[in-house]
Amino acid sequence: MSLLLQIEKVGHSYAGHTALEDVNLEVAEGELVSIVGPSGCGKSTLLRCIAGLVRPSQGRVVLNDAEIEDVPDNLAVVFQDYSRSLLPWLSVRDNVAVPLRRHGKPKAERRAAASEALEAVGLGAAAQKYPWQLSGGMQQRVSIARALAYKPALLLMDEPFGSVDAQTREDLEDLVLQVRGEGMTILLVTHDIDESVYVGDRVAVLSRAPGKVIADLPVGLPAERDQITTRELPEFVRLRAEVGRLVRGGSAPVAS
Amino acid sequence: MTTHNPRFRRLPRTGRWLRGLAGLAVLAAASEILGRAGIVHRDFLPPASTILARAVSLAGDADFLTNLWSTIKAWAIGLAIAIGAGVPLGLLLGGVPVLNTAVRAVIEFLRPIPSVALIPLVSLILGSGLTTEATLIVYAAAWPVLFNTIYGLQDVDPLAKETLRAFGFGRLSVMWRVSLPAAAPFIATGVRLAAATALILAVGTEILSGFGQGLGTFIAQAQQSIDGTKDVLAGTVWAGGLGLLINTVLVTGERRLFRWHGAQTGGRS
Repeated sequence: MSLLLQIEKVGHSYAGHTALEDVNLEVAEGELVSIVGPSGCGKSTLLRCIAGLVRPSQGRVVLNDAEIEDVPDNLAVVFQDYSRSLLPWLSVRDNVAVPLRRHGKPKAERRAAASEALEAVGLGAAAQKYPWQLSGGMQQRVSIARALAYKPALLLMDEPFGSVDAQTREDLEDLVLQVRGEGMTILLVTHDIDESVYVGDRVAVLSRAPGKVIADLPVGLPAERDQITTRELPEFVRLRAEVGRLVRGGSAPVAS
Repeated sequence: MTTHNPRFRRLPRTGRWLRGLAGLAVLAAASEILGRAGIVHRDFLPPASTILARAVSLAGDADFLTNLWSTIKAWAIGLAIAIGAGVPLGLLLGGVPVLNTAVRAVIEFLRPIPSVALIPLVSLILGSGLTTEATLIVYAAAWPVLFNTIYGLQDVDPLAKETLRAFGFGRLSVMWRVSLPAAAPFIATGVRLAAATALILAVGTEILSGFGQGLGTFIAQAQQSIDGTKDVLAGTVWAGGLGLLINTVLVTGERRLFRWHGAQTGGRS
């Protein structure tokens, strides 16, 4: 597998606060890497550096052998806050179709691709509706469909399931696993330890701020996963405990 | 997803209309009684029925209609130019913060000047007529459009902009596809305020310049004639009706176009 993304000694400070320090990470094509860490450890900043939305104050991010200086061409982001990320004046289908303008496709093709992506996430029937007419989970499906239709080389997800209920969360995790099976490279930022293990091929653990990769663990789970049996496997139980300890920083248990 | 506060429950449409009409009826009845009972002299305040009858008969008066049309024309031209200037300028100032800071002082100096106070000055320079009227209307009406555009842009969700930026859209594309549509409800409110101001300026300029054509000219000239109060008031009724009509059309348009705006803010609270 060839290398798609290299994060080299990336550090970022703003307003006297150091969010990231000496972050190193490599992602191969087709991999799904979870980035997990305590809240405020700079996970979202790292993701914004990769997306080209923020220029890191140190180090560099290389995508497809080219250093990222501006927003790269073949990348999509799914944010946690779907209701703010979708455009309320456009129908669901048009929301999905908007980024496809970047590919210079004619309108009919954009619409067809959007409808197809909506079908893929199980929202074919909602194409004509508006985002605010849908439930939170459905809205997040729309923003996932928008990213999928774009067919990016790299898909970034920033706490994508942080604002949906538990059942929807599981459904969406499985949706991501299904997408990964289609050969897309995904970087998923989360603070949820179980989730990082369940969807990941690898889990990169960030320390408390300033964030730094303190562990890079391969996930030895079968590619076929499901919410019940996978979570029962000894490897899952072992890994989530290991990641959990790392995220808590090996600190002594908090007295209650 | 709209939340309804039971205490401020909206009346159904016909109910709202009925209440509005009831208010008007009371006002009309009061003026009718004052006029007919002789409490106020007839030349000073003719009874409402007389005024209304005159207002209705004016609809068949070719002279009056020419005047009315002249006012509407000035209003429309002035407002269109104000929007054409205010929106792009607002986008520029709202989109480039440095520019906004630089121009702020000039704007804050110009804004408090009541535009009505400029009528004599502009009339002196440009004479009386469409040019003077339109110039004054543009000056007065551009402010609300400009300010609402700037404020609307400041209110645009940064995450929506970031999302499109992440998909590789440039600054101008993001402005066109996210900022402008997101600010559109604010801009529309600005246009509605501007439309009312424009009408005030149109009629006001006509009254003050005293000759030429227009609803204001009609009112000003009626003032000079014997028994003219009736015409003055009938003309005023037309001006009020015109304002009401414009406002209703714009409010209805906003509700239809920006359904998403109400739905979103209503659901967020």
